[in-house]
Amino acid sequence: MKTTQILIAGFGGQGILFAGKFLAYKGLLEDLQVSWLPSYGPEMRGGTANCSVILSDDPVGSPIITDPDVLIVMNLPSLQKYADTVVPGGQIYVDSTLISEKVVRDDVQVFYIPATQMAGDAGVSTLANMIMMGCVLKNNPELSFDGTEETVKKLVPPKKAALVDLNLKALELGRDYAG
Amino acid sequence: MAERILMKGNEAIAEAAIRAGCRHYFGYPITPQTEIAAYMAKKMPKIGGVFLQAESEIASINMVYGAAAAGMRVMTSSSSPGISLKSEGLSYIAGSDVPAFVVNVQRGGPGLGGIQPSQSDYFQATKGGGHGDYHMIVLAPASVQEMASLTIKGFNLADKYRMTAMILADGTIGQMMEPISFEDAEIENYEKPWALTGTKMERTHNIVNSLYLKPDELERTNFERFARYKTIEENEVLYEEYMMDGAEVCVVAFGIAARVAKNAVAAARSEGIQAGLIRPITLWPFPKAPLRRAAGQVKAFVSVELSMGQMIEDIRLATECTRPVSLCNRTGGMIPSPGQVLESIREAAKGGN
Amino acid sequence: MAVVFQKPHALTDAVLHYCPGCPHGIIHRLVAEAIDNLGIEGRTIGVAPVGCAVMAYDYFRCDMLEAAHGRAPASATGIKRCRPECIVFTYQGDGDLASIGMAETVHAAARNENITVIFVNNAIYGMTGGQMAPTSLPGQITQTSPYGRDVNHCGWPVRVCELLSSLEGPEYVARVAVNNVKNVKAAGKAIEKAFRNQVENKGFSLVEVVSACPTNWGMTPQKALEWVESDMLPYYPLGVYKDRTAAKEAEQK
Repeated sequence: MKTTQILIAGFGGQGILFAGKFLAYKGLLEDLQVSWLPSYGPEMRGGTANCSVILSDDPVGSPIITDPDVLIVMNLPSLQKYADTVVPGGQIYVDSTLISEKVVRDDVQVFYIPATQMAGDAGVSTLANMIMMGCVLKNNPELSFDGTEETVKKLVPPKKAALVDLNLKALELGRDYAG
Repeated sequence: MAERILMKGNEAIAEAAIRAGCRHYFGYPITPQTEIAAYMAKKMPKIGGVFLQAESEIASINMVYGAAAAGMRVMTSSSSPGISLKSEGLSYIAGSDVPAFVVNVQRGGPGLGGIQPSQSDYFQATKGGGHGDYHMIVLAPASVQEMASLTIKGFNLADKYRMTAMILADGTIGQMMEPISFEDAEIENYEKPWALTGTKMERTHNIVNSLYLKPDELERTNFERFARYKTIEENEVLYEEYMMDGAEVCVVAFGIAARVAKNAVAAARSEGIQAGLIRPITLWPFPKAPLRRAAGQVKAFVSVELSMGQMIEDIRLATECTRPVSLCNRTGGMIPSPGQVLESIREAAKGGN
Repeated sequence: MAVVFQKPHALTDAVLHYCPGCPHGIIHRLVAEAIDNLGIEGRTIGVAPVGCAVMAYDYFRCDMLEAAHGRAPASATGIKRCRPECIVFTYQGDGDLASIGMAETVHAAARNENITVIFVNNAIYGMTGGQMAPTSLPGQITQTSPYGRDVNHCGWPVRVCELLSSLEGPEYVARVAVNNVKNVKAAGKAIEKAFRNQVENKGFSLVEVVSACPTNWGMTPQKALEWVESDMLPYYPLGVYKDRTAAKEAEQK
């Protein structure tokens, strides 16, 4: 039984929940069992936002993640709050434009991606979240990059179809980032 | 099989209600259930239905009362403090024997409490809430798919027994997204000869009323209503058993607590503790028989709740206190971790007789 | 022999339970006459209040709902939104409509809910035995204002028509009385108009009927009607407070 627990955290407005939805839809299209759980309440309005996504071959039990396999952080408070909860052997993805601090653990894989910088340079300044996702897909073979376009099309409302290509561009930037 | 789509629990309720034939929604905004109102506001005008934001929870439940009396499938939704305000109307709806569908996406209390998930309205939902002798059918979904399927079931049961069916969910199940597929809703149709439709000058007038000034008449209506409740207790109990084969410790949990408990039960089994789970799906009627049966098999029960321990009383009553029942709980919007539940299972496995 | 006077069809044969000298009977009759005159009994649904008129559901021959205290406009809204082809009215007293149910009243009016509200103002809680109402007059002695209503302590009476007519929403707001033949006739016309407005889909129509409560006022029926004239009507002047259609027509001329 393969279950991947993914926690994405950052500020409200960074597209944290959207990034989580992307992973959830991707799992859905791959016929996995999926749960997506947002933090909700006042913290959505400018405070910290986080989102738990579980992808599994089996029915998902608790949708609440206490020990993530994969942590994606897009602000410093989130790194400080969650870095120690990642399971040994897990992964941490850090937006190094916004977080200069380093992860002190040596039992996890850490990826530093200057996603916010890259997004700005590429003219997709609101899509740092998807650059992070591209990197996550590349480093998790079981998630794979296949089917990404179909997922994005499912996720972006028809009225905003122009955003599909921009999202794909961001995902590819993340995938191709050499570190 | 129908296509799997991703949906929030709250939206699943709204969509399922529409598929169940509900065309009238009256509500008032409150976190964490507002997605239901938003979904209805968007959809109802397009399908010839009515979405109306009332001036208060009190007004909205009384709009539901009027619409139910008019014979329509109707619903409202709210969260804990709002349900307290609706309780007056719920009592009138019970006393008048009209069908209604009500959703409580619970948050922490008492008072204004918080907005994070809770199960502390268990007593309010299963023991009354409003004044007088009455029950509601209380359904406790543990997944987004069940938010939908129990909504459709709730509308059918409400019409069948002329009473309120309530979904008792919590903020987590309401806010989370999971894949869901909508099979064709099985809508059961019940005649409503008592409904207010206008006499068309063809029959004597219908009166929908809960006032009986003669004590013997009021007593008779109460006895009749409780005879109906007995039929429901005999026929409509729903529950799920998980790993109960050979179980020595029985965890009892509903809704989000049951999801957490499942992880803990699986973990307990993997370390050699014979644990199992009984998940009540109907909280009223409460699954007394399976718990009584389990009492003949297990050493101890663990009640996992997002409250200070409410369902635990019903477990003790159902099992007539023949086995110890311990409480594993968090409140105020906190949720027990699988580790906390596992620890309670370990303790229960050590004790007992 | 020619029948020159008979009971309206829209009233049942049930014997009214109201006190001797109580004008509720007259007001019931006016409502029933309006229903008869418009030929709408078969599609009318009434909503009874909590208060003296709580058992109005036994007296009107149309379908009836008994609402919770003050909630009649909300329940009527629920019915009307389900059955827009039906004519839905509420019949409420001053405690029901202007105290506990003020929010429901104001918002039904603000929505211009297409219902008809008959509001009986007798400045006292009758059913519970004569307590102070939101419309009890300054200085009025009741069971819960035994030294007279002290406005410095418990505030001023609420003038419902004046209050509602300040809203954009309602179609028609009028105050009538039933203390003499002339006023009863005018009241009947206003009530019929309030129903006709609904038939014509014009929207929320409320008729406040200034009434009397001889029993709880501690007066003979005759004296009570005189007190309506001498004390209530100066505080609650009769008249049409809002008539959107009439105002529009006047503008066009």
